[in-house]
Amino acid sequence: MGKASIIVFSGDLDKAMAALTVATGAAASGMDVTLFSTFWGLNVIKKGGAWKGEGFMGKMFNVMARGGDAIGPSRLNMLGMGRWLMKRMMKKKNVRLPREMIKDAKELGVTFLACEMSMRVMGVRKEDLIPVDDVVGVATYVQEASKADITLFI
Amino acid sequence: MESDVKLDSRGMVCPQPIVELAKQRRKMDSGKIIELWADDEGAKRDVPAWCEQTGNEFLGSEPDDTFVRYFARTV
Repeated sequence: MGKASIIVFSGDLDKAMAALTVATGAAASGMDVTLFSTFWGLNVIKKGGAWKGEGFMGKMFNVMARGGDAIGPSRLNMLGMGRWLMKRMMKKKNVRLPREMIKDAKELGVTFLACEMSMRVMGVRKEDLIPVDDVVGVATYVQEASKADITLFI
Repeated sequence: MESDVKLDSRGMVCPQPIVELAKQRRKMDSGKIIELWADDEGAKRDVPAWCEQTGNEFLGSEPDDTFVRYFARTV
């Protein structure tokens, strides 16, 4: 049925939705799907709450780079007003939030991988993330992507 | 058309109907007919596309007043 490999680099609500929509859609269509979260994309798979991160600098950084339900749209966020509006509109129109889509993706067998290097740079610990299948490096990505029929960088 | 299972995805949008379809398919044996009720416009092409992609057989659709019934045979 094929294989899809998606790099989630962005931590924006709209881009996360696009990545998760393709991931769940591909998995639902019988594909073997892997999501690699790196840099801001780690925010998409972060647990809720503010006090995350390694050490003092990591904590300071992760208060600013909050994840989970705190991620906002790539445009017109306006200090969270855009996020609030967009989420309200999503709920009203019955569009699923990222955390609900992650649940679907897991149920359909999507593999969640986190990039170790960007976790170190941004002070993100494994326990700050939702349960991921593995923490990996670029060689794993290259191996996965070289076998994939669909590769995306979002 | 007679069906073995009815799945109501009215009010849902992409990718929900396809996700529900895939979840339902996993619970069923081959040779059964799934009837999906959907009212999103995308389903018109998405349901046959899903069938082709997953190797299930698309049997067609029947419009109702506010939604469309899609039929697929599990293979």
